[in-house]
Amino acid sequence: MNVKKMIIFLLIVIIIVGGGYTAINGINIGKYEINSVRDSLNLGLELEGGVYVVLEGKTDATGEELDKKMKEAKAIIDQRVNGLGVTEPNIVIEGDNRIRVELPGVKNAEEAMDMIGKTAELQFIDAEENVVVTGEHVKEAEPMYIENSSTGQNTPVVSLAFNSEGAKLFKKATENAMSKPAGADRVVRIVLDGEEISTPEVGAVITDGKATIEGEFTIEEVTELATLISGGALPMEMEEVQSSTIGPTLGLTSLDKSIFAAGIGLILIFMFMLIVYRIPGLISIIALTIYVLLVLFTMVSINATLTLPGIAGLILSIGMAVDANVVIFERIKEDIKSGKSLRASVDSGFKKALSTVLDANITTLIAGIVLFNFGTGPVKGFAVTLIIGVIISMITAIFITRFLLKLFIGINITKNTKLFGA
Amino acid sequence: MDLQIIKRKNIFFIISSIVIIIGIIMMFVNGFNLGIDFTGGSIIQIDLGKTVSVDEIREITDEFDSNADIIHSGDERNEIIIKSSEDFSMDERMEIFNKIKEEYDLADDEPIRSEKIGPSIGEEIKKSSFIAIGLATVGMLIYITFRFEFKFGISAIIALIHDILVALSIYAIFNLQVNESFVAAMLTIVGYSINDTIVLFDRIRENLKSFKKAEYDKLIDTSISQTIIRSINTSFTTLLAIASLYIFGVEAIKGFALPLIIGVLIGTYSSIFIASPIWYILKTKTK
Repeated sequence: MNVKKMIIFLLIVIIIVGGGYTAINGINIGKYEINSVRDSLNLGLELEGGVYVVLEGKTDATGEELDKKMKEAKAIIDQRVNGLGVTEPNIVIEGDNRIRVELPGVKNAEEAMDMIGKTAELQFIDAEENVVVTGEHVKEAEPMYIENSSTGQNTPVVSLAFNSEGAKLFKKATENAMSKPAGADRVVRIVLDGEEISTPEVGAVITDGKATIEGEFTIEEVTELATLISGGALPMEMEEVQSSTIGPTLGLTSLDKSIFAAGIGLILIFMFMLIVYRIPGLISIIALTIYVLLVLFTMVSINATLTLPGIAGLILSIGMAVDANVVIFERIKEDIKSGKSLRASVDSGFKKALSTVLDANITTLIAGIVLFNFGTGPVKGFAVTLIIGVIISMITAIFITRFLLKLFIGINITKNTKLFGA
Repeated sequence: MDLQIIKRKNIFFIISSIVIIIGIIMMFVNGFNLGIDFTGGSIIQIDLGKTVSVDEIREITDEFDSNADIIHSGDERNEIIIKSSEDFSMDERMEIFNKIKEEYDLADDEPIRSEKIGPSIGEEIKKSSFIAIGLATVGMLIYITFRFEFKFGISAIIALIHDILVALSIYAIFNLQVNESFVAAMLTIVGYSINDTIVLFDRIRENLKSFKKAEYDKLIDTSISQTIIRSINTSFTTLLAIASLYIFGVEAIKGFALPLIIGVLIGTYSSIFIASPIWYILKTKTK
């Protein structure tokens, strides 16, 4: 028995078991902390819970004009979502005229979406129905409290500061109002998306470009309103064409059960490999564990999102990783049966299996890359995990399985070819 | 092992043809059972904390959509899923939820799942998936032609089209719901079937030197018998993984595992019984 090789082999096993433990439970050594894969992995909404909505721009614009409007709309929605304080939102333009907004882990989906999809066109309209100032003239909008003159209580309001043009227009409008007799003629209506939110009566000419929106508001409502106004109006009306809310419990159950199911699946595969292929089976278990760890590590480091179709891609790639091992081991078995020595069989088996494994994986890889580039939504999620899985499966099958198998044979524990499945 | 696949090739062609023909007839007669992913519509899933009869819920939902599907869900059947072909907006869905919340005094403030899909979205997923699969097929054909030869490529692609047709037929015949996971199943078929076919073709390519043209039937049978254990073992291990998802997974995953199982089985079948015989025909009956 070769003790040196035995030690190397055992060390590798220990490192992999350690890696596996870290992936499942995370690790905390002094100031170094590694989160478990589960905590580090970006999960699709259907797995994590959360809300998404796809908004479609209602406009006749096409080509570059549409592009510009969509980018503008996206920027504004970005800002609104920031105002919500959601962690890791995902906002993307889909196709020509749609924007997908994904908010993981958000409760009160309805409120959040209400705010995001609002056009938020703010208008100040005088008694003669002229639009005197609009949201575009607003430089700043902030939530604040002012003392109500009649009740003495603090009420939440939105405080507005106009830009210089807005200040001029507002001054003119208030001058105009003050020239009218007190009462209905002095009223300036404040309208948001066609809905009247307050109707203050002008009490004096306002020259400093400041105004407040008062109403029956809670502090949450004025905060939301202020965010909407300072973000600006969407360049067009956006219609909800698709939306989904997955409660956090459903998401969590899905994830836990999927992890459990995947674990059981892996253990069954391991048992099968061990029973059918014995020593090479044991080696493939180590190689497949490395494979799974590498795939998870890659998913985390490139910040890929795991979705339900993504899980299908993973299963397919695990199938292909196992397949690569099976193809190699069957070749080795054949060569052992034809009377070659163990070492010679391993060498020739790998050599002959190489072209099979490469061709099979590269063909699948081509499919994966095309699907990634031309697919949308579910197809893309599938393609990402398939591409990662296939590349790593090739590497582990060709290099790691081979290295481990040769190392193990080098230990010289047994020469019994029956233990190699022959 | 003497498998005599080539001698019996017509049997396999007939089996596949029958499945596909019945499938196509069913597609025309019944159409597909399209899920809301494709037709557009809404889903609301609510945890009621107890089992409530469908009729009771229907009394509430009737005013919104009297044709809504209502089914129980969850381990203790404490949840209901309301499916409607109307695409209710988020506000409307909340209204339905709030009605039910009031009636059953629910603790939750929101449904556990609530979805709406506009009808045009499904159409686009369908279209883009077809284009993507089509282009992927062309890409694979080019690679196989480059690495093997054109006739191997064509045979592999015909087997692939066969797989997709059989899968569509199975969905039509058993009236299985065509939804987003169906797209994933199609993609899995593409990947799995081609992988399986390549492994077999690779062996045929290697054995090509030892057989004369007149012995191509033997060449194929030998190659299949040399790789069949590998095919069975690989399919079996992949099925182990998918089956455990089917048995232990949640609803959404279950709906997903079934088409994958179908995909793997068809993929394995076609590389042995369809792809190789077609290559044989192309090789011996054409120049």
